[in-house]
Amino acid sequence: MNLIGAGLACSVGLTGAASAAGLALPRRSRATGVGVLTAALGAAGVVVGVAALSGRTFSACLPDVLPLAGVYLGVDALSGLFITVAGAVVLAVAVYGIGYHGHGHDPGRAASALFPLFALAMLLVPAAASVSTFLVCWELMAVTSLLLVLTEHRRREQVREAGLWYAVMTQLGFVLILFALVWLAAAAHGETFAAIRAAAGHLSPAVRGTVFVLALVGFGSKAGIVPLHAWLPRAHPEAPSPVSALMSAVMVNLGVYGLIRVGMGLLGGGPRWWWLLAMAAGAVSAVYGILQASVTSDLKRLLAYSTTENMGLIVLGVGAAGLFGSAGKPQLAGIALAAALLHVVTHSAFKALLFAGAGSVLRATGTRDLDALGGLRQAMPVTTAAFAVGALGAAALPGGAGFVSEWLLLQSLIHGLAVPGIVVSVVLPIAVAAVALSAGLAVATFVKALGTGFLARPRSDGAARAAESPATMLAAMLMLAGAATVLAVAPGLAGSWLARAVAGVTPVGPAVADAVRTKLTVLGSTMSPLVVVAGTVGVTVVLAGLLRLVVGVRRRAVPLWDCGAGPPSARMQYTATSFAEPLQRVFDDVLAPESDVDVTPVVESAYLVERVSYHRVVPDRIEHRLYAPVLIAVRWCGERARALANGSVHRYLGYAFSSLVILLVALAAVK
Amino acid sequence: MSGTMVTGTTTTGAGIAVSVLQVALTVVGAPLLVGMMRQVRARMEGRAGAGVGQPWRDLRKLMRKKPLDPHGTGPVFRTAPLIQVATTLMVAAAIPFVSVDTGVGEAADLIAVVALLTLGTAALALAGLDTGTAFGGMGASREMTITALAEPTVLMAAFALSTRVGSTNLPAIVDAGLKDAGRVVSPVSVLAAFALAAVVLAEAGRLPVDNPSTHLELTMVHEAMVLEYSGPDLALVELAAAMRLSVLLGLWSALFLPWGTATSTGVLAVLGATALFVVKVGVLGAVLAAGEVFMAKLRLFRVPELLAGSFLLAVLAVAASFFLE
Repeated sequence: MNLIGAGLACSVGLTGAASAAGLALPRRSRATGVGVLTAALGAAGVVVGVAALSGRTFSACLPDVLPLAGVYLGVDALSGLFITVAGAVVLAVAVYGIGYHGHGHDPGRAASALFPLFALAMLLVPAAASVSTFLVCWELMAVTSLLLVLTEHRRREQVREAGLWYAVMTQLGFVLILFALVWLAAAAHGETFAAIRAAAGHLSPAVRGTVFVLALVGFGSKAGIVPLHAWLPRAHPEAPSPVSALMSAVMVNLGVYGLIRVGMGLLGGGPRWWWLLAMAAGAVSAVYGILQASVTSDLKRLLAYSTTENMGLIVLGVGAAGLFGSAGKPQLAGIALAAALLHVVTHSAFKALLFAGAGSVLRATGTRDLDALGGLRQAMPVTTAAFAVGALGAAALPGGAGFVSEWLLLQSLIHGLAVPGIVVSVVLPIAVAAVALSAGLAVATFVKALGTGFLARPRSDGAARAAESPATMLAAMLMLAGAATVLAVAPGLAGSWLARAVAGVTPVGPAVADAVRTKLTVLGSTMSPLVVVAGTVGVTVVLAGLLRLVVGVRRRAVPLWDCGAGPPSARMQYTATSFAEPLQRVFDDVLAPESDVDVTPVVESAYLVERVSYHRVVPDRIEHRLYAPVLIAVRWCGERARALANGSVHRYLGYAFSSLVILLVALAAVK
Repeated sequence: MSGTMVTGTTTTGAGIAVSVLQVALTVVGAPLLVGMMRQVRARMEGRAGAGVGQPWRDLRKLMRKKPLDPHGTGPVFRTAPLIQVATTLMVAAAIPFVSVDTGVGEAADLIAVVALLTLGTAALALAGLDTGTAFGGMGASREMTITALAEPTVLMAAFALSTRVGSTNLPAIVDAGLKDAGRVVSPVSVLAAFALAAVVLAEAGRLPVDNPSTHLELTMVHEAMVLEYSGPDLALVELAAAMRLSVLLGLWSALFLPWGTATSTGVLAVLGATALFVVKVGVLGAVLAAGEVFMAKLRLFRVPELLAGSFLLAVLAVAASFFLE
C-alpha cells in the first residue's frame, strides 16, 4: 500500500472519528472536535491528491466491502487534481466551521456527524474506479449533502422547499448517470473503468452518443448547468454557510469531473456534435448565470448563480477541448482542458472564500440581503478584505485568481480558429463573446456585492451592530485568500500538475506544462500575471508615497455633499437593487422582471398620496418556462393515476394478474 | 514549441527606456490633449477658450489644496484614484505607442491591457459606492453597466485582430500591421476599427456616451461617481481620466494607424516615432472634439444600443477574418 492508499485509509478512519465525535461530544466541544478531525481529513485528502499529481498512481480492489461487485479504487493525476481541491477546501472550511458552529450556529448532532461523511464522499468520488463504486460514492455525496441542506429546516420554511427541489433534481440526475454508466458497463461487458476504457472504442456510435448525452445531462445537473440549475440558487443559499461553501466550491466540480472522466476518459472522446452540445450548454450557463447574479440582491443567491456561471465557463472549456481533440489538434485540446481545470481550481479557491465571507456576514448581521447590508468595512475589516480578494477573483480582474484561467480559456478559443470547418468558425466567436459578456457582467456583479454589501453606510440595524467573526473563521478565510492570491500571481506552480492531469485523458505532449508557467504562454501569446500584479501594486505604492510627500499625511474630515439639504441618511444610498437597475433594464427581454407600483391615496383626496410601495421580483425565467409545465403535467398524471387505485383488493389482484399475462405473452413473442 | 514568433520579447535596457518615455509622454501629454480638445471645441462654438494649458493649471491648483476626507469614506475611497492612475500607467508602458520594442513586450497582452483598464474602472466605482451618497452609487452603477456591455466588443475586436497574427500580444499585432500595410486597410481591420472606436468613446467617457463637462444628475456618469473627490485626490482622478483618453486613443492608433511606429530602439527612430505619435493622437483628439460639437448625448438607455451595434461590427470583423482571408 503506497502513500495514496495510506492517505485514503487514513481519511476513512478520520471520517469515522469525526462522525463519532459529532454524535458523542457534548454541545460545548462538539464544533471543535468535529472541526479539527474534519480538517485532518481534508489534509489527508490533500496528501492523497498531491501524491497522485506528482506522478504516483494507486489502484486497489476490495472485494468484500460491497456485496456482488466489490469496491474498485483507482487514483490517477486527474482524480488527484479534484481530490487535492476537495481536500484543501474541506481543510479550510472545517477550520471555518469551528468558529461558525461553535459560536451560535450549532447544527445539532446529526448534521455534525454528517458533515465529515459529506467531505469524505467528495474525496472518494474521484477515487472510484468501477461503475458500482462510483455510483455508491456519488449517492453517498448526494444524500449527505441533501440532509445537510435541510439542517435549518425548522427555522426557515424556504429550507424545506429548497430541499425538495434539490432532492428531486439530484435524484433525477443520479438516475441519468446510473442509466449511462450501467448501459456502458453492459455494452462493454465489464464494470471496471479499465474494462470500459478497453471496450469503449468498439461500441456502436449510437450507444456512445446516447451514453454521452445522458452523462452530460446527469453530471450537468450536479454542476448547475442551465437549464438544470434550478436547484442550485435555492439549495446553496439555504444550506448552512460551511455546507454552502463545500457544495459550491467542491461538489459542483465533481459534475465536471464526471463529464471529463466519462466523455474523455472512458469513451475516449467522440464526434464533434458531443462537444458542440457541451459548449452550447456551457456558454448559455455562463451568460445566464451571471445575468441572474447581477440582478439579485441576496448575497448567497448571487454567489450560487455565479457558481452556475463559472461551471458554464468550465464546461465550455471542456467542450472546446473535446472539439479540438476531435479535430485532431491535441495541443489546443490540452490547453483548453488545462484552462478548464485551472478554472476548477481557481473557482474553488475564490468561491469557498466568498461563501465563507457571506457566512460571516450572515452570522454577524443576521441577513444576507444586500439591500439591508453596508458599512461592514469598519466593523469587519478582515472579512471585508478577504471578501474583496474573492470578489477580485470572481470578477476575473488582474490580481484575481479567475483572470489567469479565463485568459487561458480565451487564448485557447482564439487560437482554435485554426481548426478548419465552418461550424468551428461560427461557434468559437460566439464562445468568445459569451466569455467576454460573462466577464463584463461579473465585474458589475462583484462591484455591487462588495460595494453595497461591505462599503458605504449600514442600511439596517443588523448591519450597524455587526462585529468581526471569531479567529478560526478569520484564519480559514485568510488561508483561502492566500491560496487565491498565489493562484492569481503564480499559477505556474500548478503547471506540471495540470499537465499531468490533462495528459491522463488526452494525449498532449509538453504544450500544457509550457503554457502554464510563471509566464503564461499559449502558442503566440504570452502574459505574465506576476508582472501585471506586481507592477500595478508597485506603481500604486510609489504613487501613494509621492502623494504623501507632496501633500502631507494630514487629511481633514469634512461632511459629504448634501445639496444643502442636511446630512444624507443611510436610506438615501444606492442599494444593490438600484445598482442593478440599469442592467436589468438592458436585459429586460431576457430577465422579464415583474415590478409592481402600489399607490395608496389618503382618504380625503385622490390627489394626495399617502404611501407608495414598489415591489420587484426577477423570476428565474428558464425555470418558469421549463419546469412549470412539467410540474403541471406530473400533477395531472398523478391525479389521473389516483382513479386506478380505488382501494378494491379485487382490482389490485386483477392488475397483478393482467401484468403477469402481458409479461408472459411478451416473453413468448420474444422467444 | 511551434507558433508565431513574437517580437519585442526581450527585456532590454533600451526597451525599458522606451516604456519610460511612453509613460512620461502620457503623463505630460494627456492634460494637454484634453486642453487642446477643449480649445478646438471652444473655437468651433465661437468662444475664445481657456488655452491648451488650462488642464495643467487646474491640476496645479488642485494639488496645492489640502486633502479632505468626506465623512464615512474609507481606504477604498482614498486608494481608488491611485489604482486608476497606476493601471493607466501600466497600460501606457505596455502598448507600443512609439516602438514595438517596449521593455514589457511579453506582458503587453491585449486582453491584459483591457483587464487592467477595467480594474481601474472597478476601483473608482467602488469608491463611488463607498461614499454612501446617491450620486456616487448612481455613477458607479451606470459606469459598471457601460463597462460590462463594452467588454464583449473589445474582446471580439481583439479576436478579429489577433487571428491572423496568431497572438494577442500587442507588439506582435502592431508589428504585423507595420510589415504588411494591406492588413491594416483590410475589411477586418476597418470593421474592428469602427467597433473599437465606439468602445473608446464609452470607456473614455466621451459624447455620445457620457459628457465630461456635465454636472446634471440625469446625465452624469463618471462625474457623479467622483463627485466627492476634491483637492489632490480630484487632481489624480482628473489626471487618470485624461490619461485614459490618451491611452485609448493611442491604442486605437497603434492598432489601426501603426505607420511610423519604430521597430527598434534606435534614438532617431524613437524620436521620429514619438513626434508622429503625438501628431496622430492629436489629430484623433481634434477630430473627436470637432465631432462632439455636432453630437448630443445619448439617453443612458440608448447607450446599450450603440454598444450592441459596435459588438455587431466586431462580430462581422471576426467573420470577415475567417471568410475573406
